[in-house]
Amino acid sequence: MSQPPKISRRDLLKSGGSAVTLTIASGVTLMAFGGSEVQGAADAGKRWGLLIDVNKCAKDCTACITACQDENGWKGHGNRETDAQWIRKVTLKNKATGHETAMPVMCQHCEKPPCVDVCPTGASFKRKDGIVLVDKHICIGCRYCMMACPFKARSFVHEPTNNQSVNAPRGQGTVESCTLCVHRVDKGQIPACVEACDATGNGAMIFGDLKDPESEISKRLAEFPSVALRGDLELNPGVRYAEL
Amino acid sequence: MERTIYREIPATGALWAVAALLIAFIAGAAASVIYVEHHGHIATGMNNQVVWGIPHVFAIFLIVAASGALNGASIASVFGQAPYKPIARLSAVLAMSLLIGGLAVLVLDLGRPDRLLVAMTTYNFSSIFAWNIYLYTGFLAVVATYLAVQMSRVDYAYVRGVGTVAFLWRLALTTGTGSIFGWLVARPGYDAAIMAPLFIAMSFSFGLAVFILVLVTLFRISGRKVGGALCHRLGGLLGIFAATVLYFTAVQHLTALYAAKHAGFERFILLEGGHFTWMFWLLQVVVGGLIPIALIYVPRMRNNPAEPILASILVIIGGLAQIYVIVVGGQAYPMDIFPGYEASSSFFDGEVARYSPTLPEFALGLGGVALALLAVGLAAKILRILPTNLLDANLPAND
Repeated sequence: MSQPPKISRRDLLKSGGSAVTLTIASGVTLMAFGGSEVQGAADAGKRWGLLIDVNKCAKDCTACITACQDENGWKGHGNRETDAQWIRKVTLKNKATGHETAMPVMCQHCEKPPCVDVCPTGASFKRKDGIVLVDKHICIGCRYCMMACPFKARSFVHEPTNNQSVNAPRGQGTVESCTLCVHRVDKGQIPACVEACDATGNGAMIFGDLKDPESEISKRLAEFPSVALRGDLELNPGVRYAEL
Repeated sequence: MERTIYREIPATGALWAVAALLIAFIAGAAASVIYVEHHGHIATGMNNQVVWGIPHVFAIFLIVAASGALNGASIASVFGQAPYKPIARLSAVLAMSLLIGGLAVLVLDLGRPDRLLVAMTTYNFSSIFAWNIYLYTGFLAVVATYLAVQMSRVDYAYVRGVGTVAFLWRLALTTGTGSIFGWLVARPGYDAAIMAPLFIAMSFSFGLAVFILVLVTLFRISGRKVGGALCHRLGGLLGIFAATVLYFTAVQHLTALYAAKHAGFERFILLEGGHFTWMFWLLQVVVGGLIPIALIYVPRMRNNPAEPILASILVIIGGLAQIYVIVVGGQAYPMDIFPGYEASSSFFDGEVARYSPTLPEFALGLGGVALALLAVGLAAKILRILPTNLLDANLPAND
């Protein structure tokens, strides 16, 4: 994502003359045109996913959320309406039976992500391994992806950011969401939320390669029933829920 | 009758006063942009639930009205109605001005307006937004050409040809704008093909209302005269278009009401949505629809010379309310991510979202309106787009 800028003369000419370019030169130097480092690290032979066992998710536990905040540095400013939430705990009460349960919801890393379809600049993109990301260098902050996401998974950075985490650079005026801890996954590690969930002993989250039939996640999905959120939309999300 | 003569409007005191007022609003918008740029969108009332707010209501209104402002020109050159020919130039100029005003608001509300260059060089063609960038800039080019051929001494067949392209382009443009919402599968208030024709009907109505007011104002401040028959003719059209908007709105909601899965959203907008419900019934339907239609068609009211002006003002109020209900109401109602469950979370799952617009949002939106109006006034001042005389005796008759 943080590849140094490569702007050809043609790009500059295309972009409307030197006067305009000079005015916004600071923006230009930050630009990265497609084919970013993060895309290059992806392996098309894999599709990363999460399986969340709702029965094992303890109602009052927020370990996954805290871990995500620490890892990616998106702590709020105390304003619930505008603070970013990459992962949240949703309490669900069955309307017919009254049974109550709670589970984490984050970017569902869809195979056919509506946020990618609607993004005018291609800043919302899906890696070859199925991880859906925002290229912070070309996000113009139009928020159309937030209108399109069926899971409320995305947040807009409403305030200046400081004390950022090196793992996930953030930018005021751009949109962000769960990266499935792509920086860890590319190093062969598991996402911070899954690690934290394991550490609590609940073990409600399993991370793995959905394309590998021998992976734990694939075996569990094959053996036990699970659901995708908004299955009616046929988006084939990479995040699945069991025991819901 | 005399020949239709187009002349620049004179620099009257009233003209300068209006220009100064408009510039003040534009300065207000500039201050708002700098303020929001510095502090972030926290300075607005928009949040992670209602991501598009008042600036988008104004921007969409202006963009939709831009397409409709071309009515006068289209009727003259595409549908061959001679009485509309003298207003065709103003119609083209107003269409461009409104679009520029709307786009300015849209662009300046971006989280990163400095990256406009990125939006112009990096495209994702599966996005209707990206297509709209072409539809909007193309519209400006086509209408500018249309104006140029109208103002030059070319064979009228060229005017008709370019006018037809402009007419088709404006239908595409408004289809694109309506589809921004129509193609959103996630939210119950959108995801409907009717958004495209509904927006086209809205453009016909809102654009004509703005056109009537701009025409009358420009003539008044430049000391020229508009005949009652032309105004009533335009008012008659406005009545038809306002009724068409009501028709599409009725179909939109009746269709949704029939589907059980949309019942919740319909109950929200039509019955229990608080200010959204009031804005829908009172402002959109009654003030913006039924009253102007009555003003135009009820014989006793029709004879009032101010009727088309009053009807236009009401249509604009109703239009802004309608776009607010579509844009903000559609986001405020919670998405049903977990069918069969009552959801709650710290991120407002299952709750109606709150939105309290702030002054910078209104300043930006009104600045866009002022920019559009200033542009059209400036054009009338330096270009020969307004006829010197629009009295009824001077209107060309159909062949």
